[in-house]
Amino acid sequence: MNELLLVVTIAGEKVAFAAAAVESVVELDTLIPVPRAAPHVAGLSALRSRVLTVIDCMRSLELGDTDCSDGIRECAVVELDGHHYALIVDLVEDVVEALSDPQPVRAAMGPGWERVSEGMVETENGPLLLVDVAALIAGVEARAAA
Amino acid sequence: MDDLIADFVAECREMLEALGGEIVAWEAQPDDRARLDSIFRFVHTVKGNCGFFEFPRLEALSHAAEDALADVRAGRRHADAALVSAVLAIIDRIGEMVASIEAGEEMPAGDDSALIHALAPGAESASAPAAPAAADAATKPSVAPRTIRLSVELLDRVMSTVSDMVLARNELARRLRESATDVPVDGAFERLSSIIAEMRDAITRTRMQRIENLFVGLPRMVRDLSAELGKQVLVDIDGGDVELDREMIEMIRDPLTHIIRNAVDHGIEKPGERLQAGKREIGVLSVSARQSGNQILIDIHDDGRGIDGKKLVEKAIANGVLTKEDAAQLAQREQLALIFEAGLSTATQVTAISGRGVGMDVVRSNVERIGGIVEVDSRLGEGTRMTLRVPLTLTIIPALTVSIAGQHFAIPRSAIEEIVRSNGESVTLEHVGGAGIATIRGRRVPEVSLALILGLQSTVSEQDRTLIVLRPAGGDVYALAVDRIHDHEELVVKPAAPAVMATGLYAGTTLADDGSPILLMDPSGIAQVGGVRLEVQERSARIVEDPASIASKATPVLLFRGLDGGRRALRLAVVDRIEEVPTSNVRETAGQLRVQVGDAILPLAGAVASDLGGEKVRLFRLNDGQFEIGYAFTEVIDFAMIERDVIHAERAGEVNGVSLINGEPAELVDAHWLFSTNVGVAARSAEQLVCRIPCWDPWMQNMLRPLVEAAGYRVIDDAEEEEADVVIASVGEDSPEDSTDRTIWLRTEPEAAGRNDESIYRYDRAGLLMALKSVAVGRGR
Repeated sequence: MNELLLVVTIAGEKVAFAAAAVESVVELDTLIPVPRAAPHVAGLSALRSRVLTVIDCMRSLELGDTDCSDGIRECAVVELDGHHYALIVDLVEDVVEALSDPQPVRAAMGPGWERVSEGMVETENGPLLLVDVAALIAGVEARAAA
Repeated sequence: MDDLIADFVAECREMLEALGGEIVAWEAQPDDRARLDSIFRFVHTVKGNCGFFEFPRLEALSHAAEDALADVRAGRRHADAALVSAVLAIIDRIGEMVASIEAGEEMPAGDDSALIHALAPGAESASAPAAPAAADAATKPSVAPRTIRLSVELLDRVMSTVSDMVLARNELARRLRESATDVPVDGAFERLSSIIAEMRDAITRTRMQRIENLFVGLPRMVRDLSAELGKQVLVDIDGGDVELDREMIEMIRDPLTHIIRNAVDHGIEKPGERLQAGKREIGVLSVSARQSGNQILIDIHDDGRGIDGKKLVEKAIANGVLTKEDAAQLAQREQLALIFEAGLSTATQVTAISGRGVGMDVVRSNVERIGGIVEVDSRLGEGTRMTLRVPLTLTIIPALTVSIAGQHFAIPRSAIEEIVRSNGESVTLEHVGGAGIATIRGRRVPEVSLALILGLQSTVSEQDRTLIVLRPAGGDVYALAVDRIHDHEELVVKPAAPAVMATGLYAGTTLADDGSPILLMDPSGIAQVGGVRLEVQERSARIVEDPASIASKATPVLLFRGLDGGRRALRLAVVDRIEEVPTSNVRETAGQLRVQVGDAILPLAGAVASDLGGEKVRLFRLNDGQFEIGYAFTEVIDFAMIERDVIHAERAGEVNGVSLINGEPAELVDAHWLFSTNVGVAARSAEQLVCRIPCWDPWMQNMLRPLVEAAGYRVIDDAEEEEADVVIASVGEDSPEDSTDRTIWLRTEPEAAGRNDESIYRYDRAGLLMALKSVAVGRGR
């Protein structure tokens, strides 16, 4: 199991995305809000003439708001069902190799984390939570609807 | 039929090409099951199609090969070398025949029994007969059409890449504008730009399909239907070569089918009824398509009994769709439009084909969903015409960009009915129980504020906003208040992410020229979120108003500043459009200032040569329906209404009056005077009057002719056999052949010969012009 993981910080916590799902890491400066959209949709942005739907990961996890007022944010760009999303993270740390398959986390996590968790993976830097990007994008409403 | 054959040939060729390798491999390894299967599939397909197309030779061949191969597949027979070569010989022969079908030749006569016989177990190898045929084929080089088949996915990918390229170009254009660039760079970019535009056109066309594909099934459908109903219907199809986006063709298939079923079922009468009504027994249903701008118009016309508007109204009242009071006010068109209401059908009996009252409302909403319109026109007893208007393509949407609190949004232009200013003269805004109601020229429409719906803080006061009157698909009009209107743009729209679509407000996203994302609004979504009840129909919103009060005073005018700085107004109706031309295009020629606009040279009013400084001059193009003139100006101030009294000028001139417009006096430009002074000389019209002048008379040719021509006539001489509107002749000459009361007689003496002498002294310029003019007036000009 040599899957590569992108290590990012969301709400102060180091978590991992499957690197294969991430197209690129970018810094976005423009953000066009989408009025009336779900709260975790921070807005729209453009990257190389593609429209990106920007997802505020903190809000999707119900861990508070990301402060977007200072302009440039780091984002991981992913594609899901033909749409491109930019996930706002605090910081993109590193790319590491997964040393194990995801294992269920048996300790109690915060409710937001619980929803997006795909399990815990071992890395050189210790265990990391593997985050399900699709769940992160779906946000809170999807769970309520399910 | 030709299309089907072409498809069959293309399919065969494709399979033959793919089989090329398989056949060789099978020859080497006759036990290979996979190869056997694919060869079997080929002959099977050919056999199936041949039966349909009546190619007996092909059918016999493929049938024989199929039988033999089926035996092998079932294990009843072993594939030995003799069988393999017999099958190969048959496949070769099929290939040759397909090639000749493709070339449009007659099926070559020939005997295939040797080939078929070779398939029999234990037969001699039959490869020999194939050889001469192959040589024959070599002498006639096949003319393969230069076409290839592509998967639709690939085309879609190319299309979306090209769309991206357009967006990337737009972004580059913006960056180039921001930075100072050299002329060569701009030139190169312009070139790139035009190439991309061309490419987009071309790739858009690859997605196009002839509408024939949609029409090809209609005759059969109508035949079956009319047989079932005991009617006789002749289908007349026209315009099958009109091209339409492939997706669009699918979208209009159902509505079109429905309309045609209705026409046959309800429209066209039974033969007996038709004879009684004095019509031919056979009803005619004509379906035609044509392109008009970026729309496709599909007309479905039947010569049946037509739609009874009154019956519809009665039914609507009975169903509670309409009140009696409202019904009384419906115009004929509105009555007919009732067929689009849910739950209405004039058919007294429900048939298997139609008449259940579901249908036309669905047709309308389906067509409107793709940005189209359905119109209906009908005369009782004479027939019905349905017109579908649909856009050419779905991917590029003309849209209007607006802004709220600084953020831009796009609104599809197809839904926009009109745009009015909140503080305009004919608009009032009221609040009824918190709900906004706008009264626009006496029509009450619900008003919603986009800022409120989106939860944005608008910085523009309610009175200064702009109202966009929208008619969403399948719904009724409402007014949407926005802060500002920006631009009309053709946008490449892409679907937005589900999280964005979930709001129900947006139809997609796109990128503006400046590279920033713009949300495309969904007009019916806005209405829904804004709480506008769309089912409350427009009829009830129309309040009775004295029609005179609308027509009497308010005249729309265009308020502008002339070259001399004067505040002037022109009636809007005469202004065709606004042009900007280089000042060098303005010349004083033939005693008048003229301007060249495109290919036309127009008289230029509103300016004297000394006024024209600067590099460019802006002008209105005025049109009286026949002639055009230009009118130079500095800037457009506003659109306005003249509602106050006009103080008329005492003397005729360029300005015929003064009125207060928006609180300040403005001069009203007299368009009539402009035309009457400028046009007489310059006009060249298709309907030019013709004047016949004797060719032998040098005085007439040299002195008179220029004058007559200047008066707007085309001059011919008596050698030309054309009917003249007026003939000029000298007193004392023989009167010309077509001399009539339209003949103007010229005399050489200043004094008239007598009281009844109606001739004109030949140097009486005013009298002559008057006579010429009166002929023109007599023609109704």
